[in-house]
Amino acid sequence: MNGFSLWPPTASEQAARIDSLFIGLLVVAGAILLLVAMLLLVFSIRYRRGSSARRGELPEFLRRDVELGWTAATLFLAIFLFWWAGATQLRASDAPPNALEVHVVAKQWMWKARHPNGAREINALHVPRGEAVRLVMTSQDVIHSFFVPAFRVKQDVVPGRFTHMWFRATKPGTYHLFCAEFCGTEHATMGGTVTVMEPEDYARWATAQPQEQDLPGEGAALFVSLGCSGCHAPSAAVHAPSLQGIYGRMVNLADGRTVRADAAYLRDSILLPKRDLVAGYEPIMPSFEGLVDEGDLQSLLAYLESLRGEISR
Amino acid sequence: MSGLTAERAIPDRPGRAENYLTAETGLASWLLTTDHKRIGLLYMAAITVFFFLGGAAAFLLRLELFTPEGDLLSADSYNRAFTFHGVVMVWFFLIPSIPNILGNFMLPLMIGAKDLAFPRLNLISWYIFVAAGLIAVYTLVSGGVDTGWTFYTPLTTAFSNGNVLAAAAAVFVAGFSTIATAVNFIATVHLLRAPGLTWFRLPLFVWAIYATSIVMVLATPVLAMVLLLISAERAFGIPIFDPLRGGDPILFQHLFWFYSHPAVYIMILPSFGVISEVVTCYARRRVFGYSFMVYALLWIALVGFLVWGHHMFVSGQSLFANLVFSFLSFVVAVPSAIKVFNWTATLYRGQIVFDAPMIYALGFIGLFTIGGLTGLFLASVPVDIHVTDTYFVVAHFHYIMVGGAVSALYGGLSYWWPKITGRMYPEAWARFAAVMMFFGFGFTFFPMFIMGFLGMPRRYHVYPQEFQVWHVLASGGALILAVAYLLPMGYLAWSLIWGRRAIANPWGATGLEWQTSSPPPTENFDTPPVVVQGPYNYHPEHEGPPAMDREPHSPQGGQPV
Repeated sequence: MNGFSLWPPTASEQAARIDSLFIGLLVVAGAILLLVAMLLLVFSIRYRRGSSARRGELPEFLRRDVELGWTAATLFLAIFLFWWAGATQLRASDAPPNALEVHVVAKQWMWKARHPNGAREINALHVPRGEAVRLVMTSQDVIHSFFVPAFRVKQDVVPGRFTHMWFRATKPGTYHLFCAEFCGTEHATMGGTVTVMEPEDYARWATAQPQEQDLPGEGAALFVSLGCSGCHAPSAAVHAPSLQGIYGRMVNLADGRTVRADAAYLRDSILLPKRDLVAGYEPIMPSFEGLVDEGDLQSLLAYLESLRGEISR
Repeated sequence: MSGLTAERAIPDRPGRAENYLTAETGLASWLLTTDHKRIGLLYMAAITVFFFLGGAAAFLLRLELFTPEGDLLSADSYNRAFTFHGVVMVWFFLIPSIPNILGNFMLPLMIGAKDLAFPRLNLISWYIFVAAGLIAVYTLVSGGVDTGWTFYTPLTTAFSNGNVLAAAAAVFVAGFSTIATAVNFIATVHLLRAPGLTWFRLPLFVWAIYATSIVMVLATPVLAMVLLLISAERAFGIPIFDPLRGGDPILFQHLFWFYSHPAVYIMILPSFGVISEVVTCYARRRVFGYSFMVYALLWIALVGFLVWGHHMFVSGQSLFANLVFSFLSFVVAVPSAIKVFNWTATLYRGQIVFDAPMIYALGFIGLFTIGGLTGLFLASVPVDIHVTDTYFVVAHFHYIMVGGAVSALYGGLSYWWPKITGRMYPEAWARFAAVMMFFGFGFTFFPMFIMGFLGMPRRYHVYPQEFQVWHVLASGGALILAVAYLLPMGYLAWSLIWGRRAIANPWGATGLEWQTSSPPPTENFDTPPVVVQGPYNYHPEHEGPPAMDREPHSPQGGQPV
């Protein structure tokens, strides 16, 4: 992490791919810069005032064909570079389905991470080498940005919605974690470290952390303690939709629309229950705005997700 | 070199007894003037003050960053300093600089008009600009703002404890000045061109100012709206961007960048015009591919409106949107490349003289090329994800807007200085400053590309030890750059009193502005000029320039015969 270098550590699968694109761009940009610089230099010397170089009219082909030629060449080069960059991005866009899911909550000026088995950490993230890790992130206040230079990944963390990113670390070590979006006074110190461990070390580390309930378990407890189960449990007397298997399904709304009950929809339904009412139900649910924080919401959503059962996975 | 200069030295011959500077005297004759030339000078005075203020903030930032610890500025004062630097430099220096100083002064002269179309609107727009500037200074004095010049929500609306409303008001008011000036320029180009000056005979500087004005008129209202929305949310609690009350913070980014990306072109297009004038004059060559240069300007002005999303690749925007914006960003690179190639090709078979304006122009081409090429990295989604919000981006846009636009401003000022003031600047000093500016700039900003790629995030006042070597290089370069920026202010001021008197056309240039005395009379031309041919006829059509002689070049037009 210390010492003089011209290249950042390369510690993820994406990093290697992005680096080859970066090198390609360096070569292209370097060649064009060299061309322009050489032409400027050669012309400046050769056609300086008083030199004996031949001047006179420009040949016709230079005035038309060359102009058209380099316009077309630049355009093709631009399209080629777009294709290269776009293809690189598309290849790495979605996390594999079996990725290890870590939940991250950002707040002024701290990163809180929560592992699938319930282990929590602050301003640090431990991940196993070779395994895909998917981060599900949200912010409690302003926009932050989760940035690990060694992985070449960065994703804004936005209040009021979940953003995702994923990576597969390839090299054990400790790397910088920065907040890259200006987030107020202590922005510069909102960071920490990402530690890549061998899978068995990670397993040992994770079990050695103070055990808490896992995320869905904590959500189940909240589901009862907040009173959700009073209406939404299958046995409840109140006429409210059952939430068994709701996660990810299409639902019909009272106004005739059909939406997918994804994380964003369920989150809105907890905070703004009257907005997108499900067809056939009265608007009787109170808002939980202010009663639940972002961490609670993540737990509740994880619980609802767990209710859809193993079949749909 | 000195032999050439001596040969071109022209006997001191004072300009006409009466000119726009001496026609009237007294403070009121300046503050109530409707002469576009005097208003240009008023802008020069105001903008120089803001350049000092913004530069002082930059100097503080670079000083703080000498060491990895926060030993000079606290976190809060650092945040306020970079916000002030950004706000002042963008809205009170870069956007108005070339259009309002050189454009205001030169545009009517170059098209053979007596003044701009709306002289009083021109004066009021200066007063609006000064009022906006005073609000910006009030913002600083009353404690400053700590949001960054980008005003991202919800930090700006709900969390910042700086004086956001005053800063928003300053930028909002400045927008009216921008729009007023732009409308004035558009009307002038449409209505007041001299007889014979058809659209495709317009000098490229006029085209550049015209294209810039159109972008200003179309983009600035969006900025005004978004600032009003921010103020409504912050002052009156009307939920627009606040996610806790159903708002969308990303909506702000779309609106802001829909203005601010075109604003980048507002800052750089006028420099394209300056460089085209300077390169042709000092290469004694017709510009290579005139019509391509015009279409490139218009292409940039148009497509510049469609690329704002490339500032938001990591905002959570959909992959599809990212790819569309990436594609358009690559496409907008093409016309810029054409311009660089055409300037370079203009040198071919020329008769090149390395006077200061030409050195600035050559420096501009080099720095702008680096700035433009690094834009390709940022248009590539995967690379952008790594380097966005790092010093790589800081370096990139400073290459365009400081290496580019500010070099062009100094180049244009030197080039037109004899016309503006009637005095010659000291050539040797000017050459020295131009070379120093080029190298000072490189030392300051090139290290930022490297540390940005290494992962150094922007807007950090403390940073990990390993980045220090790059910060020290950048801060050292900034010192050189600061001297290079101050030096011309010194020798230009010196030339006002001790400089040699300039003749009407000291460079043997072809534009209409050189066909009247230096400095011009109040009404610009004794009799309205007539245009007979296109610009840049530095040599007969089917020949090139001779090796040594300044003739035969033929002006675009002149007094009717």
